[in-house]
Amino acid sequence: MASTIRVRATSSGETTEVQALIQHPMDSGYVKDARGELIPPHFIQQLTFEYDGKSVFVADWGPAVSKDPYVKFSFKGGKKGDDLKIGWIDNKGASDTTTAKIQ
Amino acid sequence: MNTTQSGFPATRRLILKGAGAIALVGLGNIPFGFAPAFAAANDKYPEDAFKQKGDADAIKALYGKTAEPSEKVKLDAPEIAENGAVVPITVSSTLADVTSISILVAENPNALAASYKIPAGTLPSVASRLKMAKTTNVIAIVEAGGKLYSATKEVKVTVGGCGG
Repeated sequence: MASTIRVRATSSGETTEVQALIQHPMDSGYVKDARGELIPPHFIQQLTFEYDGKSVFVADWGPAVSKDPYVKFSFKGGKKGDDLKIGWIDNKGASDTTTAKIQ
Repeated sequence: MNTTQSGFPATRRLILKGAGAIALVGLGNIPFGFAPAFAAANDKYPEDAFKQKGDADAIKALYGKTAEPSEKVKLDAPEIAENGAVVPITVSSTLADVTSISILVAENPNALAASYKIPAGTLPSVASRLKMAKTTNVIAIVEAGGKLYSATKEVKVTVGGCGG
Protein backbone atom coordinates (compact mmCIF):
# COMPACT_ATOMS: atom_id res chain seq x y z
CA MET A 1 0.00 0.00 0.00
CA ALA A 2 1.36 3.34 -1.00
CA SER A 3 2.02 5.58 1.94
CA THR A 4 0.09 8.82 2.34
CA ILE A 5 3.23 10.41 3.74
CA ARG A 6 6.06 11.81 1.66
CA VAL A 7 9.04 13.01 3.64
CA ARG A 8 12.36 14.52 2.78
CA ALA A 9 14.80 14.84 5.66
CA THR A 10 18.14 16.40 4.82
CA SER A 11 21.05 16.65 7.22
CA SER A 12 23.40 19.59 6.88
CA GLY A 13 25.71 18.19 9.57
CA GLU A 14 24.45 20.35 12.43
CA THR A 15 20.74 20.33 11.73
CA THR A 16 18.26 18.20 9.86
CA GLU A 17 15.60 19.88 7.77
CA VAL A 18 12.37 17.95 7.44
CA GLN A 19 9.71 18.54 4.82
CA ALA A 20 6.58 16.44 4.84
CA LEU A 21 3.65 16.28 2.46
CA ILE A 22 0.64 14.17 3.36
CA GLN A 23 -2.26 13.11 1.19
CA HIS A 24 -5.41 13.91 3.10
CA PRO A 25 -8.68 15.71 2.17
CA MET A 26 -8.62 17.91 5.31
CA ASP A 27 -12.37 18.53 4.96
CA SER A 28 -13.35 21.39 7.24
CA GLY A 29 -17.02 20.53 7.60
CA TYR A 30 -18.03 23.90 6.12
CA VAL A 31 -17.79 22.99 2.43
CA LYS A 32 -20.78 21.71 0.44
CA ASP A 33 -20.58 19.05 -2.22
CA ALA A 34 -22.12 19.22 -5.72
CA ARG A 35 -25.56 18.34 -4.33
CA GLY A 36 -25.42 21.10 -1.75
CA GLU A 37 -24.86 18.78 1.18
CA LEU A 38 -22.20 19.58 3.75
CA ILE A 39 -19.13 17.37 3.56
CA PRO A 40 -18.53 16.22 7.15
CA PRO A 41 -15.26 17.24 8.79
CA HIS A 42 -12.37 14.88 8.10
CA PHE A 43 -8.93 16.16 9.02
CA ILE A 44 -5.63 15.12 10.55
CA GLN A 45 -5.51 15.98 14.23
CA GLN A 46 -2.00 15.02 15.17
CA LEU A 47 1.18 14.51 13.18
CA THR A 48 4.27 13.31 15.01
CA PHE A 49 7.95 13.05 14.13
CA GLU A 50 10.30 10.85 16.14
CA TYR A 51 14.06 10.56 15.87
CA ASP A 52 16.28 8.30 17.98
CA GLY A 53 13.37 7.37 20.24
CA LYS A 54 12.55 10.99 21.00
CA SER A 55 9.84 13.30 19.75
CA VAL A 56 11.30 16.08 17.61
CA PHE A 57 8.07 17.70 16.42
CA VAL A 58 4.34 17.40 17.09
CA ALA A 59 1.72 19.15 15.00
CA ASP A 60 -1.82 19.53 16.37
CA TRP A 61 -4.02 20.48 13.48
CA GLY A 62 -7.55 21.77 13.10
CA PRO A 63 -9.63 21.70 9.94
CA ALA A 64 -8.13 25.05 8.78
CA VAL A 65 -4.96 23.33 7.59
CA SER A 66 -4.96 23.08 3.79
CA LYS A 67 -5.79 19.93 1.83
CA ASP A 68 -2.79 17.63 1.35
CA PRO A 69 -0.95 19.37 4.19
CA TYR A 70 2.66 20.42 4.04
CA VAL A 71 4.94 21.19 6.96
CA LYS A 72 8.59 22.13 7.27
CA PHE A 73 10.78 22.30 10.38
CA SER A 74 14.38 21.62 11.46
CA PHE A 75 15.97 19.97 14.44
CA LYS A 76 19.50 19.85 15.78
CA GLY A 77 21.39 16.61 15.18
CA GLY A 78 20.26 13.79 12.95
CA LYS A 79 22.75 11.70 11.01
CA LYS A 80 22.63 10.71 7.36
CA GLY A 81 21.18 7.22 7.03
CA ASP A 82 19.34 7.36 10.35
CA ASP A 83 15.60 6.74 10.59
CA LEU A 84 12.95 9.39 11.13
CA LYS A 85 9.53 8.04 12.09
CA ILE A 86 6.43 9.90 11.03
CA GLY A 87 2.82 9.19 11.92
CA TRP A 88 -0.56 10.86 11.78
CA ILE A 89 -4.02 10.22 13.16
CA ASP A 90 -7.22 11.91 11.97
CA ASN A 91 -10.55 12.80 13.59
CA LYS A 92 -12.11 9.54 12.29
CA GLY A 93 -9.41 7.44 13.93
CA ALA A 94 -7.58 6.58 10.69
CA SER A 95 -3.81 6.71 10.82
CA ASP A 96 -0.67 6.10 8.85
CA THR A 97 3.00 5.81 9.71
CA THR A 98 6.18 5.71 7.72
CA THR A 99 9.92 5.71 8.28
CA ALA A 100 12.21 7.93 6.26
CA LYS A 101 15.99 7.83 5.98
CA ILE A 102 17.77 11.08 6.65
CA GLN A 103 19.74 12.11 3.57
CA MET B 1 -14.70 -27.91 -2.08
CA ASN B 2 -13.94 -25.33 -4.69
CA THR B 3 -16.25 -22.87 -3.08
CA THR B 4 -14.54 -23.26 0.26
CA GLN B 5 -11.12 -22.84 -1.23
CA SER B 6 -11.93 -19.75 -3.24
CA GLY B 7 -14.19 -18.43 -0.53
CA PHE B 8 -11.46 -18.21 2.06
CA PRO B 9 -9.15 -15.77 0.30
CA ALA B 10 -12.13 -13.68 -0.78
CA THR B 11 -13.34 -13.37 2.79
CA ARG B 12 -9.88 -12.64 3.98
CA ARG B 13 -9.46 -9.86 1.45
CA LEU B 14 -12.79 -8.40 2.47
CA ILE B 15 -11.84 -8.39 6.12
CA LEU B 16 -8.49 -6.83 5.33
CA LYS B 17 -10.14 -4.16 3.22
CA GLY B 18 -12.90 -3.37 5.67
CA ALA B 19 -10.78 -3.30 8.76
CA GLY B 20 -7.73 -1.87 7.01
CA ALA B 21 -7.25 1.08 9.28
CA ILE B 22 -7.94 -0.83 12.48
CA ALA B 23 -5.77 -3.74 11.44
CA LEU B 24 -2.91 -1.39 10.63
CA VAL B 25 -3.04 0.23 14.03
CA GLY B 26 -3.49 -3.12 15.78
CA LEU B 27 -0.65 -4.88 13.99
CA GLY B 28 1.46 -1.76 14.10
CA ASN B 29 1.55 -1.97 17.87
CA ILE B 30 3.87 -4.94 17.92
CA PRO B 31 6.62 -4.20 15.40
CA PHE B 32 6.48 -0.40 15.43
CA GLY B 33 4.62 0.60 18.57
CA PHE B 34 4.55 4.05 17.16
CA ALA B 35 1.43 6.07 16.46
CA PRO B 36 -0.90 5.16 19.34
CA ALA B 37 1.74 4.88 22.06
CA PHE B 38 3.57 7.92 20.83
CA ALA B 39 0.49 10.10 20.58
CA ALA B 40 -0.57 9.11 24.07
CA ALA B 41 2.85 9.86 25.50
CA ASN B 42 2.57 13.45 24.37
CA ASP B 43 0.07 16.04 25.40
CA LYS B 44 -3.45 15.23 24.38
CA TYR B 45 -4.89 16.80 21.24
CA PRO B 46 -6.32 20.16 22.43
CA GLU B 47 -9.82 19.50 21.14
CA ASP B 48 -11.41 22.24 23.23
CA ALA B 49 -9.07 24.96 21.93
CA PHE B 50 -9.77 23.99 18.33
CA LYS B 51 -13.52 24.31 18.96
CA GLN B 52 -13.37 27.92 20.20
CA LYS B 53 -14.70 30.51 17.77
CA GLY B 54 -12.66 33.61 18.54
CA ASP B 55 -8.87 33.94 18.67
CA ALA B 56 -8.80 35.22 22.28
CA ASP B 57 -10.92 32.30 23.52
CA ALA B 58 -8.77 29.81 21.60
CA ILE B 59 -5.53 31.17 23.08
CA LYS B 60 -7.09 31.04 26.54
CA ALA B 61 -8.30 27.46 26.05
CA LEU B 62 -4.92 26.37 24.72
CA TYR B 63 -2.56 28.16 27.10
CA GLY B 64 -4.70 29.62 29.89
CA LYS B 65 -3.03 33.01 29.55
CA THR B 66 -2.70 35.94 27.17
CA ALA B 67 0.11 36.89 24.81
CA GLU B 68 2.05 40.12 24.51
CA PRO B 69 3.19 41.41 21.10
CA SER B 70 6.88 40.87 20.47
CA GLU B 71 9.27 41.80 17.67
CA LYS B 72 11.03 38.53 18.33
CA VAL B 73 8.15 36.65 16.76
CA LYS B 74 8.41 36.65 13.00
CA LEU B 75 5.30 35.94 10.96
CA ASP B 76 5.76 35.46 7.23
CA ALA B 77 2.49 35.53 5.35
CA PRO B 78 1.54 37.00 1.98
CA GLU B 79 0.02 40.53 1.83
CA ILE B 80 -2.61 39.21 -0.54
CA ALA B 81 -3.63 35.57 -0.80
CA GLU B 82 -5.31 34.94 -4.11
CA ASN B 83 -6.46 31.52 -3.03
CA GLY B 84 -7.71 31.32 0.56
CA ALA B 85 -7.56 27.52 0.42
CA VAL B 86 -3.76 27.52 0.43
CA VAL B 87 -2.07 30.35 2.30
CA PRO B 88 1.62 29.70 3.04
CA ILE B 89 2.49 30.84 6.56
CA THR B 90 5.85 30.63 8.29
CA VAL B 91 6.43 31.45 11.95
CA SER B 92 9.87 31.71 13.48
CA SER B 93 11.35 33.32 16.55
CA THR B 94 14.65 34.48 17.99
CA LEU B 95 13.39 33.86 21.53
CA ALA B 96 15.15 31.26 23.68
CA ASP B 97 13.44 28.17 25.12
CA VAL B 98 10.57 28.05 22.67
CA THR B 99 8.24 25.19 23.56
CA SER B 100 5.37 25.71 21.16
CA ILE B 101 4.18 27.74 18.17
CA SER B 102 0.51 28.25 17.35
CA ILE B 103 -1.18 29.92 14.41
CA LEU B 104 -4.64 31.46 14.51
CA VAL B 105 -6.79 32.98 11.80
CA ALA B 106 -9.01 35.54 13.56
CA GLU B 107 -12.17 35.30 11.48
CA ASN B 108 -12.14 31.67 10.47
CA PRO B 109 -15.13 29.71 11.83
CA ASN B 110 -12.72 28.35 14.44
CA ALA B 111 -9.75 30.63 15.00
CA LEU B 112 -7.08 28.10 15.98
CA ALA B 113 -5.57 26.56 12.85
CA ALA B 114 -2.47 24.75 14.04
CA SER B 115 -0.41 24.28 17.17
CA TYR B 116 3.12 22.89 17.03
CA LYS B 117 5.07 21.47 19.95
CA ILE B 118 8.75 22.31 19.79
CA PRO B 119 10.83 19.94 21.94
CA ALA B 120 14.30 21.02 23.08
CA GLY B 121 16.69 20.74 20.13
CA THR B 122 14.08 21.58 17.52
CA LEU B 123 14.46 25.01 15.93
CA PRO B 124 11.66 27.54 16.57
CA SER B 125 10.61 27.82 12.96
CA VAL B 126 7.74 26.13 11.16
CA ALA B 127 6.23 26.50 7.71
CA SER B 128 2.80 25.20 6.75
CA ARG B 129 -0.20 26.05 4.62
CA LEU B 130 -3.56 27.15 5.98
CA LYS B 131 -7.08 27.88 4.80
CA MET B 132 -8.54 31.36 5.29
CA ALA B 133 -12.25 32.16 4.96
CA LYS B 134 -11.76 35.88 4.24
CA THR B 135 -9.50 38.90 4.72
CA THR B 136 -8.51 38.91 8.38
CA ASN B 137 -5.65 38.89 10.86
CA VAL B 138 -3.30 35.96 11.16
CA ILE B 139 -1.89 35.64 14.66
CA ALA B 140 1.28 33.77 15.53
CA ILE B 141 1.79 32.76 19.14
CA VAL B 142 5.17 31.64 20.42
CA GLU B 143 5.45 30.09 23.88
CA ALA B 144 8.93 30.66 25.29
CA GLY B 145 10.09 30.21 28.85
CA GLY B 146 6.48 29.79 29.98
CA LYS B 147 5.36 33.13 28.51
CA LEU B 148 3.39 33.92 25.38
CA TYR B 149 4.49 36.28 22.64
CA SER B 150 2.60 37.18 19.50
CA ALA B 151 2.81 38.73 16.06
CA THR B 152 -0.16 39.74 13.94
CA LYS B 153 -0.50 40.38 10.24
CA GLU B 154 -3.50 41.09 8.07
CA VAL B 155 -3.77 38.91 5.00
CA LYS B 156 -6.12 40.00 2.23
CA VAL B 157 -7.98 37.06 0.74
CA THR B 158 -9.38 37.29 -2.78
CA VAL B 159 -11.19 33.94 -2.85
CA GLY B 160 -12.12 32.38 0.49
CA GLY B 161 -10.95 28.89 1.33
CA CYS B 162 -13.82 27.66 3.45
CA GLY B 163 -16.39 27.00 0.72
CA GLY B 164 -19.70 28.86 0.79
